[in-house]
Amino acid sequence: MQLTIPRRMTFVRGGAVQRFLAFAALLVMIVAFSLLSPNFLQFNNIVGILLATAVNGVLALGVTFVIVSGGIDLSIGTVMTLSAVMTGLVATNLGLPIQLAIPAGILTGGLAGMVNGVIIAKLKVPSFIATLGMLNVARGLALVLAGLAPIYFNRTPEFNEAAMSSVTAAVIPGLAIPNVVLVFFLAAIVASLVLSRTVLGRFTFALGSNEEATRLSGVNVDRWKIAVYTVSGLFAGLAGVMIAARLNSAQPSLGVGYELDAIAAAVIGGTSLSGGEGSILGTVIGAFIISTLTNGLRILSVPQEWQTVVTGAIVILAVYLDIVRRRGQQ
Amino acid sequence: MAEPLVTMEGIDKHFPGVHALDGASFELLPGEVHALLGENGAGKSTLMKILCGVYQPDGGTIRIKGREVHIPNPRAAQELGISIIHQELNLMPHLTVAQNIFIGREVRGRIPFFLDDSRLNDRARELFERLHLDLDPRARVGSLTVARQQMVEIAKAISFDSDVLVMDEPTAALTDTEIEELFRVVRQLREHGVGIVHISHRLEEMKQIADRVTVMRDGRYIATLPIAEAPLPTIINLMVGRTIYEEAPSAPTSGEQEVVLEVRGLQRGRMVRDVSFKLHRGEILGVAGLVGAGRTEVARAIFGADPLESGEVYVHGRKVDIRSPADAVRAGIGYLSEDRKRFGLAITMDVETNIVIASIRRFLAFLGQVNTRATRATAQQFVERLNIKTPSIRQRVRNLSGGNQQKVIIGKWLVADTDILIFDEPTRGIDVGAKSEIYHLLNELAAQGKAIVMISSELPEVLRMSHRIIVMCEGRVTGELNGRDATQESIMTYATMRESLAA
Repeated sequence: MQLTIPRRMTFVRGGAVQRFLAFAALLVMIVAFSLLSPNFLQFNNIVGILLATAVNGVLALGVTFVIVSGGIDLSIGTVMTLSAVMTGLVATNLGLPIQLAIPAGILTGGLAGMVNGVIIAKLKVPSFIATLGMLNVARGLALVLAGLAPIYFNRTPEFNEAAMSSVTAAVIPGLAIPNVVLVFFLAAIVASLVLSRTVLGRFTFALGSNEEATRLSGVNVDRWKIAVYTVSGLFAGLAGVMIAARLNSAQPSLGVGYELDAIAAAVIGGTSLSGGEGSILGTVIGAFIISTLTNGLRILSVPQEWQTVVTGAIVILAVYLDIVRRRGQQ
Repeated sequence: MAEPLVTMEGIDKHFPGVHALDGASFELLPGEVHALLGENGAGKSTLMKILCGVYQPDGGTIRIKGREVHIPNPRAAQELGISIIHQELNLMPHLTVAQNIFIGREVRGRIPFFLDDSRLNDRARELFERLHLDLDPRARVGSLTVARQQMVEIAKAISFDSDVLVMDEPTAALTDTEIEELFRVVRQLREHGVGIVHISHRLEEMKQIADRVTVMRDGRYIATLPIAEAPLPTIINLMVGRTIYEEAPSAPTSGEQEVVLEVRGLQRGRMVRDVSFKLHRGEILGVAGLVGAGRTEVARAIFGADPLESGEVYVHGRKVDIRSPADAVRAGIGYLSEDRKRFGLAITMDVETNIVIASIRRFLAFLGQVNTRATRATAQQFVERLNIKTPSIRQRVRNLSGGNQQKVIIGKWLVADTDILIFDEPTRGIDVGAKSEIYHLLNELAAQGKAIVMISSELPEVLRMSHRIIVMCEGRVTGELNGRDATQESIMTYATMRESLAA
């Protein structure tokens, strides 16, 4: 059957197009804001954008796995809060060293994610519902554990210092990028490797592309689904530790709404809500688009409520462009 | 005689409303190609899916090389040395060819959990070389043609180096050259002692490749014969050998009757290409073709469920512009989907609601209230007229058998009083008794002057029911036959009339 049928080539993968568009949009935005306001490109403002991206970005990394696998995770925002509270509980209330509190926070997130995964894979509860339930469970637990009040890291001042100081400043004087931002970049590299190079990543795509085919290929679909949600939870846990360090406190009433910004970041970056497509690079770009937009609008003194309106419109636009592109492919 | 690789005995399987397998048995020897034959719905695929761990049997025993086994999932089947080429493509379109073939058996790198895709691609390349396939391991499967995807599926099944290879209609989407290639590989495997089960509707293929045939009918084992002792007429007899449900209807000579529906040059993607036909009053027009020939796509396009790229639809000689199913109903066209549960019924609602739902406007009283007395009376009337077996009109349709669900849908369109009815696989998944009632109903409707399009993959059904038959292949109408003169062979000839490869 040598070349009986002309092979149809796709030179550029679909997700790459969306990623390129997103990156171009980010550049356009940066140019536009810097022309409109001299303050935009100030180093302090850029650090502000980076800080605003870091927490949301880490959440978005985790949820990218879930969305690529064909599911959704709405619980990441409040799981982040629960993890922050757990970190505070261990460090402040129990008085244990911060080196123990950080893993406790991250693992709390992982545990919540694993519970999500078990409910979704074994009990066959749709991911939307299961994680919506977990959203409230985590929110409630965070309030219960914190006793309704914020927990401050009074005993461990080094926690906040470590997050806001900069190792890059030591290497290149003047380039003071806070460590918490570097953690985000590091997490992104790890996430990218896992998604594109490991067995877990391969099954994440396979699940999202055709779950039944994956099952019929003899893959233990349930186990990998649980792993995917656990990964999402671990990243939410890391985000919890990061936000606690930045605020030097665990705020138990925070968290709701963060999941939507994270999902938006992933979608803007070309992750398909129907699964099977997506990349960490795209998600990072998506996260920067959201924070840059919010920051720029604030610098231009656009009221907060209008910032929200614009962010919402951008998400709809991004998904619409994705649908148009897909239609073109068929 | 060598010890059988596979022995299946007394296999039973029920699906809701269907007795799919009734004490079926099957035996496979090493180094043979064993054809499994039967009409659609005879239970061939179900039997093989049980062997491959996709379904669990309700009863019976399976022995592999003499040892009784339990096959709870596809993975267990793989470990027992059984692999399957599924009828439907079971691939992950976003993954590459090599990633698809070795899913679950990835080549690991030096670091735990990390993959080595370049070695994966090498392994795929070696496999393709061995099989003489021209495939790029790095191509995304979603970007390949259906035929090439099928080759990926075949390569994947073979890559397991199994003792037992089940091929469930692997040739439906392949060209003749590709089928030749596949058979060459199959013969190669046979020489190595692999047992191969081949399910296909192309009887001529059997002569080329099979050593033995087993015929199934209505979920039961009928006979096993060496191919040399099984001429085609014998096989067909064994396959069809049941009472004929319904005499072929007396055909109103087409042409005398008014043309009710005419379509000209319908075009939509690869599945609907320049389709034209006419439908007369009181006529049953059979639409035959292999799975994937584009028949359902034509029906959906006429019905406005999918937009047409070009083409014209005339109803009673007047050109109509159908952009949505609502337009189609207004023009007097009803469509009975092949997938009743997804598209035909509000499955969790009751019989009454389903019967009146398409014509609810007629039952509206003051301020948009539904006149429940009228809907109840109408539902009751059609339950009686169509002999729908249900405890009451309040029964949820989910709890009815397939045949009775189909009758509810027919009732719905009769209430809507459309002149043109498009039946897509009207007897799929329906047991023999209910089939005969559906056939009777179709004849009655035609006699009353309805114009009926009947899409069916069951050739005997098409032959028995149709006044006229059009045959489709690869989205085109390749032939038109008179219902009386048509034979299985003549339909199959048109159904496999593929475009020349040069195109």
